[in-house]
Amino acid sequence: MTTPATRLDDLISREYRHGFVSDVEADALPRGLSEDVIRLISAKKNEPPFMLEWRLAAYRHWRTMTEPNWSSVHHPPIDYQDIIYYSAPKSQKNGPKSLDEVDPELLRVYDKLGVPLRERELLAGVAVDAVFDSVSVGTTFKAKLGELGIVFCSFSEAVQEHPELVQQYLGSVVPYTDNFFAALNSAVFSDGSFCYIPRGVRCPMELSTYFRINAKDTGQFERTLIIADEGAYVSYLEGCTAPMRDENQLHAAVVELVALEGAQIKYSTVQNWYPGDKEGRGGIYNFVTKRGDCRGNDSRISWTQVETGSAITWKYPSCILRGDNSVGEFYSVALTNNYQQADTGTKMIHIGRNTKSTIVSKGISAGRGQNAYRGLVKILKSADGARNYSQCDSLLLGDRCGAHTFPYIEVKNATAKVEHEASTSRIGEDQLFYCRQRGLSTEDAVSMIVNGFCKEVFKELPMEFAVEAQKLLGVSLEGSVG
Amino acid sequence: MSALLEVRNLSVSVDDKAILRGVDLTVNAGEVHAIMGPNGSGKSTLAQVLAGRETFHVTGGDVRYGGRDLLALSPEERAREGVFLAFQYPVEIPGVSNVYLLKAAVNSVRRHRGLPELDAMDFLAQIRGKIKLMDMRDELLYRAVNEGFSGGEKKRNEILQMALLEPRLAILDETDSGLDIDALQVVANGINTLRSPERAMIVVTHYQRLLDYVVPDFVHVLSQGRIVKSGGKDLALELERRGYGWLDDPSTARAISP
Repeated sequence: MTTPATRLDDLISREYRHGFVSDVEADALPRGLSEDVIRLISAKKNEPPFMLEWRLAAYRHWRTMTEPNWSSVHHPPIDYQDIIYYSAPKSQKNGPKSLDEVDPELLRVYDKLGVPLRERELLAGVAVDAVFDSVSVGTTFKAKLGELGIVFCSFSEAVQEHPELVQQYLGSVVPYTDNFFAALNSAVFSDGSFCYIPRGVRCPMELSTYFRINAKDTGQFERTLIIADEGAYVSYLEGCTAPMRDENQLHAAVVELVALEGAQIKYSTVQNWYPGDKEGRGGIYNFVTKRGDCRGNDSRISWTQVETGSAITWKYPSCILRGDNSVGEFYSVALTNNYQQADTGTKMIHIGRNTKSTIVSKGISAGRGQNAYRGLVKILKSADGARNYSQCDSLLLGDRCGAHTFPYIEVKNATAKVEHEASTSRIGEDQLFYCRQRGLSTEDAVSMIVNGFCKEVFKELPMEFAVEAQKLLGVSLEGSVG
Repeated sequence: MSALLEVRNLSVSVDDKAILRGVDLTVNAGEVHAIMGPNGSGKSTLAQVLAGRETFHVTGGDVRYGGRDLLALSPEERAREGVFLAFQYPVEIPGVSNVYLLKAAVNSVRRHRGLPELDAMDFLAQIRGKIKLMDMRDELLYRAVNEGFSGGEKKRNEILQMALLEPRLAILDETDSGLDIDALQVVANGINTLRSPERAMIVVTHYQRLLDYVVPDFVHVLSQGRIVKSGGKDLALELERRGYGWLDDPSTARAISP
């Protein structure tokens, strides 16, 4: 009979399904970064002067900074002069007016990924702002959203059409001085999504973007800005997959959320960038800054993330609970297999009175994967009656992976209540045998046990996304047994 | 007619320590066999090896099931072919609802038999009657598998699974342990309801108690990895009276051997 260790290896060896490079001509700048490159990006995008100035200020600040080294991830040094900072599919020069004008090759790529724009548009009722490389290629349901006064468009378009909103809110949650990667993003970001929900409007559909890295060696620097005005509600879905590639690729996105009084933003992510091969070669470096500002009283921001991809994930979706009675939530599943590394968690900064935050983090490690939860709960002096509940659970598959938990708690107000629970467990041979004795295959059993472990997070995802997340987890784990 | 299960000279070790040292056992459809024996005699090992537990290493002998080589099949293949093990210590699976596992199990067996899978409605209809038989609360279906179940509830849940999966060979590993008398009767009643001419059962138990309710056709005594004595249901009563010690004493054992 085989030993558990060999079965584990057999099972982990599932190839990345979204690995292919589509053959679309790209219009790219030469490698490297300088003020000239930034001026060129800004000029190509026909940006107003405030944008260029902001980019240049970010760039100058970035040059004074050094890459952070406090996290537990390891990677060879990144040569920032060996990256192409702007690339647009050539056929997009004049921009498509509708999906019919979109390069059929692009549409085929989405089909392969199982995200056919057309079907999503028709069947799922989801408005999709698909980002292919650095330029948006399709924005749907615009008219319908427009009737409600909702703005949902590419970032570039927002800069042209709604410069006053962009100028007011850009960098107001994540200033370019925030961290090394946020500064870099601010200097060079090429595109992203923009969303504004006017006062009192409940967005009638889930808004969604799909990100994808395609052109070789092209860094992706997305920028997302979502503003929910007083009493507004929006649920936003972000999902990504990337094609197979040998060289590491940098992805440094910034997401800013602003919730004004009584507003609610629900931001859900399923992240499936290429994780590298079984030996740890290749894969995406994902250094993301995501932060939400509960600026108004009674506002609420929820982050839900399922992180299964990337060679390295460095990501801490955070909430600044500024308004009184505001609520911040973070629900996370992070999975690392083979040589993947994840250092992820959240920051909950309690400033307003009676602010509440909930953190539920589920880390799954398989193969030689390393998974760290890093979270900060900070209760400022002003935050009377603040409450936090944190729960961090780790699940280990096999005996060569690792799980680490780094909770930081700073409390400056004696009326605060902060709870932290943590657990680490292993998928037992007992559990697997039990399921198999009932007729389930090992893969189905692992998938079922892991999905059970993640249940508290999955129930926070919109239904269609939850199904996708479960499948993704199955695919990413096909393979790992403890 | 060939036997449903034929165990021939089966030897099993774990970490190089021999646990079973040449077990012979023949079980025909419709029969109930009790395997008794002192702690550490290898009873549970036999049950788990038959179900396909991979932590045990088969060092010799063979096992035919319906004429096929049972040891060549994976645990899930055995399950789909109708081998069912009621666990002595059913595991907890947090976050997975009991009804979800039950449905996945039933459907994997149905797929294997070429039957259409049951949808949620059909499945619930099927489970209703069985859950009454086991005197279980509906609520247990929606709780995580075995999580927070009492000892008795776990064992009832095992027999519920057996009732749903309708195995050809059911192996009950110390299903009576940890049960109070009421629960024992419910479990025994469930087992008896499932007795049929097509189905064989191997009941592993330390005590005679369960056998008052589930009356076996044959009783075997396992000691130090071998079946040292076989007989009818009266053997269980004799064991109850005399304990297991006399079987280990070569002189008395020989003296009463036929």
